[in-house]
This record gives sequence, structure tokens and C-alpha cells, in this order.
Amino acid sequence: MEKRRVVITGMGSVNPLAHNAEDTWAALLRGDLAPSPIGLFDASTYPTTFAAQVKDFDFAARVPSAQKHKHAGRHCQFTLAAAIEAWKQSGLDAYSELDHQRLGVYLGSGEGSIDFENFVSLLIEAWDGRQVDTNLWPDLAFERMELYREVEQESNMVLAHLAAEFDVQGPAFNVLTACAASTQAIGEAVMQIRYGFVDTVITGGAHSMIHPFGVTGFNRLTALSTRNDDIPTSSRPFDMTRDGFVIGEGASILILETHEQAKSRGAKILAEIIGYGASADAFRITDQDPEGDGAATSMRAALADAGVTPEQIDYISAHGTGTKQNDQVETRGVKAVFGEYAPKVPMSSVKSMLGHLIAAAGATELITCVMALRDQILPPTANLHTPDPECDLDNIPNEPRKADVKTCMSNSFGFGGQNNTIILVGGESVVSSL
Amino acid sequence: MLDRRVAITGLGVVTPLGVGMDETWSALRDARGGVTEISLLEPGHFPCKIGGQLLDFSARNFVPKNYRKAVKVMARDIEIAVAAADLAFLDSGLVTRGLEGKGEPTVDSKRLGCNIGAGLICTELNELGTAVNTSVTDGKFDFKTWGTSGMNNLTPLWLLKYLPNMLSCHVTIIHGAEGPSNCITCGDASGHLAVGESALYIRRGAADVVIAGAAESKLNHMGLLRQGKLQRLCTTRNDQPAAAVRPFDADHAGTAIGEGGGLLILEDMEYAKHRGARIYAELVGFGAACDAQAIDVLRPTSGHLGLAVKNAVSSAGITPDDIDAIVTYGTGVPGEDAVEAAAWREALGERASEIPAVSFTGATGTMFAGASGVQLSVAAKCLAEQVIPPTVNFTRPAEGCAMNFAPETRPVKMRHVVTGAYTVGGQSGACVLKVSEN
Repeated sequence: MEKRRVVITGMGSVNPLAHNAEDTWAALLRGDLAPSPIGLFDASTYPTTFAAQVKDFDFAARVPSAQKHKHAGRHCQFTLAAAIEAWKQSGLDAYSELDHQRLGVYLGSGEGSIDFENFVSLLIEAWDGRQVDTNLWPDLAFERMELYREVEQESNMVLAHLAAEFDVQGPAFNVLTACAASTQAIGEAVMQIRYGFVDTVITGGAHSMIHPFGVTGFNRLTALSTRNDDIPTSSRPFDMTRDGFVIGEGASILILETHEQAKSRGAKILAEIIGYGASADAFRITDQDPEGDGAATSMRAALADAGVTPEQIDYISAHGTGTKQNDQVETRGVKAVFGEYAPKVPMSSVKSMLGHLIAAAGATELITCVMALRDQILPPTANLHTPDPECDLDNIPNEPRKADVKTCMSNSFGFGGQNNTIILVGGESVVSSL
Repeated sequence: MLDRRVAITGLGVVTPLGVGMDETWSALRDARGGVTEISLLEPGHFPCKIGGQLLDFSARNFVPKNYRKAVKVMARDIEIAVAAADLAFLDSGLVTRGLEGKGEPTVDSKRLGCNIGAGLICTELNELGTAVNTSVTDGKFDFKTWGTSGMNNLTPLWLLKYLPNMLSCHVTIIHGAEGPSNCITCGDASGHLAVGESALYIRRGAADVVIAGAAESKLNHMGLLRQGKLQRLCTTRNDQPAAAVRPFDADHAGTAIGEGGGLLILEDMEYAKHRGARIYAELVGFGAACDAQAIDVLRPTSGHLGLAVKNAVSSAGITPDDIDAIVTYGTGVPGEDAVEAAAWREALGERASEIPAVSFTGATGTMFAGASGVQLSVAAKCLAEQVIPPTVNFTRPAEGCAMNFAPETRPVKMRHVVTGAYTVGGQSGACVLKVSEN
């Protein structure tokens, strides 16, 4: 069977900087900074009091069928808006020949947020001093906890909403490999198309962990920045003063289809995904492989899959979380793969501005790669004023940069050691190679 | 492209019927029941008081000595996966760094993948409750106390117990699997989707060996609540647990929560033959689909399993006439059994009522994501043994569920077995397995 080419024809995003893909790109080039004090609950005494939040999002205005999705949780609402934006851009809404049994969905969506108020009040009311009373707790829980608030926490429910919105009948996958999830989803979606299981896929990721227990979990792991006195500049990838990542939320969606279908229906091709790699650190659940070997394995696999050499990569969208460990490990991994060329390949982290969208991060970053290919501009790493000597690559500090960009690599590394890399070329390159 | 073939060379299952495929299989063959009154927690006022429990089970016995400490940060779902992985590798004859006393690893770490499906891991209420109840003022949760001190009552690694990718992550760390690693979270279809995707890793050359399947335990407060609210649980047979769950039977009245999982060793056929591995079966077909009307979770859905099965059969290069047996899901929830049976008819036509079929849910309870991993393992074992175990608690078909189930073990000559699963939320996956030619 022939390898089919896979292209991107639509993109959409709802994130802390903007509620669509185009405005996101503009905000990144302006150097907007998303972190702000948490408004979703009282985090004033938490070790971390801030996050990168989606604000002023109007679900009903963005999703005409909002009533159909009345049980959609926060990250699912973001997903629907982003998907509608991407779908429209792709022109598939006007493509009558679309085979819905050959339309799939492949997401890296996080779990839905818990029904915090009911959940906690029950834990208090039905507590016998040592454990929950299993006479009282079920009585209260069956009465007060709502079916849909509970079921929508399963991460596959976002698939159900997308399937209903776009009449998806083909294969539907969700993966939750932590911070790597949406890059992994997109990569595996490419494989589903390339090898003929589907022709069109709605892919990307969504997540919101900005809830009382989500922030608690990361605070207990000491993974978050605690720069409560300088919140806007708290996300500082590759900088000496970095002290953890900034938790964000959002959703980003891309429409993938065969090159052949896109061409035959006259769709505008935004980019072509030519390579995907995946690996596992297999090191420790709490730490990355310090030498960056797992990250390097993922990058090498993607390069081999794409059939390009390291020297052909013009830009790397870093995972770049701003934790002490990640940024050093990532730098070592890139050096291991790129060798002498490593200092010459520009690599920035847009998490410096967006925050870390967890499962949605990779898809959002891939969209910025497509924009960089289109406009021949590289987004900067903001808040980078005192580079860590251990992070001595070209991290594009603080200002966007004009560049000749034909091929980009985007990296995502998940908590627990799952690594994913995607390589893509711009729409212009796709057209010129015909 | 894609000319590599995929062999199934190892099975690791953990079910209420036993730890390991041998124990589980002999219980299945003997039609023993594994659903009992719940004792892992006091069932109290929960309307359903029965389940398929793993008693005296701990992952401690399935990890290298230097990894035992890590068991403390494993939710039960993770423990099941870790145990199943140990069993699967041992069964395959491959040596990884995680198997003690077996000598040097025989698998190339960089070529070893891992893909373990998981559900939403339920919060352990008593653990969280202990912490939450330190931060109560006037009967209400006090955020300020929680932020300053309350949260410190949770172990620092608390979050890591509940991340679904930790099933895969612990397994990759223990066994040194550095190839592609994924965690599919599509509810009860996760195992079929994970195994189908993993076969593609091998066929497209990204890995030579993959450990794949799924594991889950919803046998806890939140699981009993959520499945109860979904009206899936049997609440009328608390006094006769072994006879309570009756897939496709005229007296089916809901399911019981079981806990368990199944992981399979998938291996490049040439590699498997070269090392003289025992080959249970060949994985020859995979299909997936979804139901576009599954937002309404109280309406039973098969996740359009019929289309998934059709896709799996055609990707195997065979026709429905070539299918010799069906390993169904069969939750025992009346509406679900009916839509599942309809899906098999949609895919296989009138023969769907004649092809020998089996569901083991009556003996184990519904193991959710874990069930799909066990279904695949059972399908492989059926082919290897040329035997189909009984469908426990099936006596006469429910309306719309006319399929060929039997209460006793049947020898059946089989070349191709199909298995499929579906989930609340509307996804489905199906795999076709073929008898091993050597």
C-alpha cells in the first residue's frame, strides 16, 4: 500500500491569549503574556495563586448548536468552538461528497473537571471521622450529584460531542498521555490517514486543570511556578530564574486529510505533516531521563519518518515548560540529535506567553508552527533575559524573528516519560513540490 | 509498506476469576462465577452490592524488588496493568529488564512499544476525604486553610496515582520499553483500539514488539455511583451474585462492576518465528467507528460496532463468511445487549445468530476498559485451544439477542475469530484474529 500524504486544511483554537487561531498568532508576535491571578476559585493561599486562563469565552456565541451540547464541560466547550473554526476554514462544511464513515476524530483530550462543590460538600457531610459513611454517602450522592457532570468527566466524552456536531462515523480515539497528548493524537491521526483507515480527521487536544484539585496536584509535585509577585512574567522557559510551569487551559483543533482529497476539492493547504515519532523515557515516573535520551529517540524517529536530516529543520517549537528539569533535558536531547548544527537551529517556547495547556499544548504549538511557515516569522521565547548556561541553544529571546522557514519540528514530552515529535512543511512547499 | 505481520505471543490477564491466563481460562471453561458480594468496601446503601473483585491482589508480587516502593503511588488500575504486563512478558518467553532471574534482556528496548488503555481513574474518597476534612470551617470547605496547610495532607505524588498514562508509564519503566508509548482513553473500547493501533506500530516499522491492552477498576465509591446513575447496574440480585449478570439472556437485568485487565504481547511475525515463540494467533484485522448520537448517555449505544466489525473484517481481507467465532462484550444491561446483538447482525448478516459466540461478563462482571483487553486475550486463547468457553448465566436469548451462546464449553474448529467492544460515549473497536499456521 502506498503512503498517502497528509495535509492540514483547517485550524482553530481557544486559549488564554485568544479565542481563535489568527488572534493567537498575533498575540504571540506581540509578546502578550497570559498568566493572571486565578479567578475560577479562591487560590489566594495556594503556593501558586495564578494561571493562564481562558477569559470571557462566550460558548453560545461561538457554537450555534450550544443547546445540543448543554452538558459539555469547560474543556469540551473550548473544543467545540475550536473545531467549528477549523471546520469552516477547511471548507469541509461546504463539501457535499465528504464520506462520514471515512471521517474520524483523534483527540488528546483531558478529563473533565469534577463537580467540585457537590463532591467536597459530600466528603464533609458523609465523613465519619475516619472514612466516608457508605450508608450516608450513597444516599446523598445519588440525590445531589448529577449524571452528566459525572459522565462528562470521562475523557472520551469530548469525542461524543464532536461526533454529534460533525456527524463523525469513522474511527474515534482519545489519548491522554499527559502533556504530550495532543501531539501524540495528531501524529497517530496522520498514521490513520497515511495508511488508509480514514480520509479526514478532526484532531488536536483540550484540557482544563485549573480547578482546586488540579492546581493542588501540581503544587504538591512542586511543578508549578510560585512567582506570585510577578505573575505576568512567571513563565520563563530556558531562563536561569525559571521556577516551574504555569498551568493553562484551552483547546486547539486541526483538520487533517489526504493531500489528494484536499487537492481534488480545491482546499487551501496550510501545511503538510511529513514526519512523526514517539518514544518513552522508561526512566522514572517523577523525572525525565537526564540525558534527554527519550526526547532524542522521539526526534530521531520523526526525522527518519520524514526522510529529512537535522540540517533541514529550520525551527523547533520546544516543549519548553519552564521547569528546571525539562528545559535542560530538552536542550541535551536536541544537542544529541542535531550535533554541531544544534546551536544554529532556532528553538523557542511559546509556553512563555501562553502558559502550559497540558493535553492541549502540543496542538496549540503545532498551529503556531503552521503560522510561522506561512508568515516566515518565528515566535519568541518571552521572559528570557538571563539564559541558563545549560540551555545554550538559540531560544529566540523576547522578539519574533524573520527567517527562511521551510520545515518545522514540534516537540511534546509528557509527565511520566511519553515523548512525541511532529515534522511539518509549509503550504507553499507542498504546492511547489507538486 | 505494511507487509509486516503481527503475531500474538503472550497473554497476561488479571480478572476476578484468577491471576494469569491459566487460572482465568480454567475458571472460564468450568463456568465458575467470579461475581460476589462486595467486600473491598462496605457496600452500605449502594443499591448494587455485588461485584467481581480481585481479592488479596497487589502489584507488589509482580514488580522487581527495587520497584516495590513505587506500588504506593499506583491506583488499583495501575496495579492491574503492572501485574498483567509481568504475566504477559513471562508468558511470551521474551526477557525484559523487569523480569528478575531470567537473565539478560532479549528485547531491544528502543524497539519495544507500550500502549495500555485506561478509563477515568476514580479518586480514592477516603484518602482525599482525610485531607479535605482538615480544611473545614462551619461545615464548609475552606479554601484558605486548604491552600496554606490542608493540601499538605496529600502525598506529594498524589496526582500521579490518577493520571491514566501512568499504566503505560510504570510498565515502560519496569520493563525498559523505550519505543512508542500511548494511553488510549476510550472507555470500554480502549483495549481494542490500543491493540489495533499497536499492530500498526509493528506493521509500519516503528516497533518490533508492543505490549498492548487495557486495565481498569471502577469497584469503588465513585464507580458505583456513576454506573448506578447510568442505570447500568443490577440492583435486584444482591442475594444471588453469581447468577446476577446475564449477558444476552432473557433475564438480564443489569451488570456488576468487575475489576481487571488484559495485556497482549504483539510481535513482528518474522521476529517471533525466528526466536521460536509460541504463537497464539495472528492479528489480521482492525476496525473502529463511532456513534454520532452518543451525547445522550442514557440511550444505549454500540458505538456503531457494526461498522467497526465490517472495517475489521474487510481489513483482514476476508468476508463475514470466514468468521468462525465471536468474542462479544455482553454487559448484561438489557438495552446494551440489544444494540450489541444488532451490531453483530449488521456486520455479519444472518450468520451472526449461528456463529458460536461467547461473553464472559456473567463470570467477571463488567471490567470496562479492562474487559476489552481480556476479550482479546480470550479470543487468542480460543484460537490456540480451538475451544470456546461457556457463556455463564446464559440460558435463553433475550428479545433481539438471538446469537449462538452456550452454557457449556464447545470445541470449535476456528480459523478466524472476531472480537469487538463499545463504550458509553459512543466509540467502538474490533479486531480479527487468525489461527497460527505453525
